Amino acid sequence: MKPPSETAADDTAVENPVVGIDQSKGDFKYDVKYDFDAGTGLNENTVRYISSVKKEADWLLEFRLNALKKFHSMPMPTHWATKDLENINFDKIRYYLAQGQKPKRTWEEVPDDIKQTFERLGIPEQERKFLAGVEAQFDSEAAYSNIKEIVAKQGVIFVNSTEGLREHPELFKKFFGKVIPTGDNKFAALNSAVFSGGSFIYVPKGVKVAQPLQAYFRINAENFGQFERTLIIADEGAEVVYMEGCTAPKFSTATLHSAVVELVALKGAKIQYITVQNWANNVFNLVTKRGVAHEDAEIKWIDCNIGSRLTMKYPGVVLKGERARGEVISIALANDGQHQDTGAKMIHAANNTTSNIVAKSISVGQGRSTYRGIVHIPKSLKGCKNNTECDALLINTNSRTDTYPAIAIRGDRNATQHEASVSKVSEDMIFYMQQRGLTEGQAMSLAVNGFINDLARQFPMEYSVELKRLIDLEMEGSVG
Amino acid sequence: MSKVSTASPSQIGRFTSEAFAVHLAEQKSAPAWWLERKRAAYAQFAALPMPRRTDEAWRFSNIGTLSLDGAVLAAKAGPVAPVAGFTPTLSFANNQLVSAHVPPALAAQGVIVTTLAEAAAKHADLLKAHFMAQPQKLGSAKFAALHSAFVGDGAFVHIPKSVELADPVVIQHAASGDQAAVFPHTLVVAEENARATVVDLLVSAAGGRHLAVGANDLYAGHGAQLTYIGAQNWSRDTLAFQLNSIVVRRDARAQSLNLHLGARQARHESLSQLQAPGAFSEMLALTVADGTQEFDQRTLQIHQAPNTKSDLLYKNALLAKARTIFSGLIVVDPDAQKTDAYQSNRNLMLSDDAEANSLPGLEIQANDVRCTHGATSSRIDPEQEFYLQSRGIHREAADELITFGFFEEVLNRLASDPIHEALRDLIRSKFQK
Repeated sequence: MKPPSETAADDTAVENPVVGIDQSKGDFKYDVKYDFDAGTGLNENTVRYISSVKKEADWLLEFRLNALKKFHSMPMPTHWATKDLENINFDKIRYYLAQGQKPKRTWEEVPDDIKQTFERLGIPEQERKFLAGVEAQFDSEAAYSNIKEIVAKQGVIFVNSTEGLREHPELFKKFFGKVIPTGDNKFAALNSAVFSGGSFIYVPKGVKVAQPLQAYFRINAENFGQFERTLIIADEGAEVVYMEGCTAPKFSTATLHSAVVELVALKGAKIQYITVQNWANNVFNLVTKRGVAHEDAEIKWIDCNIGSRLTMKYPGVVLKGERARGEVISIALANDGQHQDTGAKMIHAANNTTSNIVAKSISVGQGRSTYRGIVHIPKSLKGCKNNTECDALLINTNSRTDTYPAIAIRGDRNATQHEASVSKVSEDMIFYMQQRGLTEGQAMSLAVNGFINDLARQFPMEYSVELKRLIDLEMEGSVG
Repeated sequence: MSKVSTASPSQIGRFTSEAFAVHLAEQKSAPAWWLERKRAAYAQFAALPMPRRTDEAWRFSNIGTLSLDGAVLAAKAGPVAPVAGFTPTLSFANNQLVSAHVPPALAAQGVIVTTLAEAAAKHADLLKAHFMAQPQKLGSAKFAALHSAFVGDGAFVHIPKSVELADPVVIQHAASGDQAAVFPHTLVVAEENARATVVDLLVSAAGGRHLAVGANDLYAGHGAQLTYIGAQNWSRDTLAFQLNSIVVRRDARAQSLNLHLGARQARHESLSQLQAPGAFSEMLALTVADGTQEFDQRTLQIHQAPNTKSDLLYKNALLAKARTIFSGLIVVDPDAQKTDAYQSNRNLMLSDDAEANSLPGLEIQANDVRCTHGATSSRIDPEQEFYLQSRGIHREAADELITFGFFEEVLNRLASDPIHEALRDLIRSKFQK
């Protein structure tokens, strides 16, 4: 692929394909004075402290304490998951941190230093004006939120979870923790004990939110983990698209991000949840995301994982009502030192429910990407269908990919199909593009973008552009 | 299984150290190294725990019905009639050789077809190199150790360099008597450029609860072509384990087809190791699961060298309240570039109460590979069903026809027509009871 004279130099490039990339991109942080700080480590006092700072009701404190017990009693899932989990030092993590300020409603009220952070992230102010609502999360509290009047007029509630609890306790309590019970897994229990931040959205009956609701997340303190809790309820016939994007500054010691996202789509409702995850390479991103789709409802997860050290995330849909539909579109990119362990769960619980999973992963350098999934169709159901497709692209000789699906089907009135393939970028394709004057790196970028193009197209335009930019960046220096 | 047991669900059942001592004492002519291996295996068996629900290798398996309780090492038994369509070269019943018909032509070609006991005495080097020599990576290390500790007479087949066998070598392993524990073993070594077909028949003389812990070691040397057929038709009250290992060397080709019909609960583990460039392993299996049977199949295709190929196709037809589990994994080692691996599990659901679990997995550490896998579970095409109904074909007959249509793709991969026919008859017998 290159003149033989260059091979000597190339050997080192193969050892570390990311040499040459500006690794400092996103490596910045600002001094922020935290008004409330729970210190490091986790015990009952930490939980009581968080609850008291947030002036929470007694039932919630009980809920948190119960979750803490569960967290301590549950083992690490290392019998199936990567041993890297053992490197998380729970005693060194800050579990709560906030500036103690109320969420801001207008751009003018946002402090200058935070505005500066957004500038560096390249989120143009202008862009937000086009969007229905922007809620930018700064550390564990929303530092800025702007709900466009139209959305509020439609009766849509779009607030952070603390506000949601305070202002809509009945609605919140009715659905909270129902989709993902506290003991679902160790990290869901952890989140339930110490959660702060995240969004609470309620879309009333028949309301179709025209523009996507959006929230940006950032982590900005060393050793500080974020534990967002998001709850989205789409009432009968309602439709909503929610977007979540993350970038984080790079730190020397590991940070932990462990969110819980619950979606409830009532009869005939549609929820689309879009994530672009680009945490720094030292973040453990252990997230539980699940939705319940009632009769004729539709839940679609579009999940894109580019950053983090280890991501374990398997968005799921419980298809609870007849003709409910679940879909997971997943894109993962694992570079040196990264493990993207992602996938999907489809639990069919009613007749004539359908689910679709399309997962594409790209492993670069020594990166490792894993697809893990469950499709469950229990006895006595009929007319259920699942389709699963997993494609993996391996860029370098030492890249790694794994696929671990589990499909359980009972009865003869349902159908499932699963397909997976692993391949590399064809040399002919690269050669052709080089012949047309592209460099090898550009050709590789183009090929990779082509590989995920049919999925990327499903993203809203600005995300799709951002995704392409991120992939170009990741692919720089990966060849040679 | 555990009805006659007095002990609590234990780790060793009645395979106590006393029972093992009695077994060792019976191995009068065995060389010291063989006994030593047995002792080591017994110690391992006794030390290892029974499978637990949280073991990934046993995911979806029914752990509660795996008990060893009750079964005892089978007593001596008389000859058992051969499976129709096959003429056994060696026939074993309850771990002992009961008849041997080794054609003179085989001996003339230098082919060795004998028992493990005789091989231990005369061909120690071959036995040491190949008997249970491969790693137990699929979860049944405990049962493999039990097998090694109690294995009695088994078959030992050695095909020398460049020898081609005209006819298949047929080995029959039978179990008889209630609570009989049998440990069938077939070891096949095909040396450089040899060609052979070996058939393993696993049958019960009559009904009764059996514990069958079988194993086979298949080795295809450079350029060899080895076909292995395993037909399992144990009694319906049998708890069966069958551990299969295939080693394929440079430019060699191994084809294995396992037919699963019998047993109450049957676990089959198959490990293919592609150790040198040009190696090819074709892994096929057909299962007819009915009643409340559980068939639990675990496979591992390890590509250890570049330019190797593997192709797996496992088909299950599920009737009544049967359960199947297929868990397959393709592993491509970092240096195994140009690997071509395929893995497919197809489940034909012929009943509303059947359950099929499929875990097709990949672990790829080389980039220049072609690896695909697929799994499907569904009933037949409604149009085909309608066609059969419109011709007045009743449900049972339709199930049989559909199953044969579904299986034909696999059976057609066999080069030998007589074996193809005999296997069809065996499958048909399951539908005609």
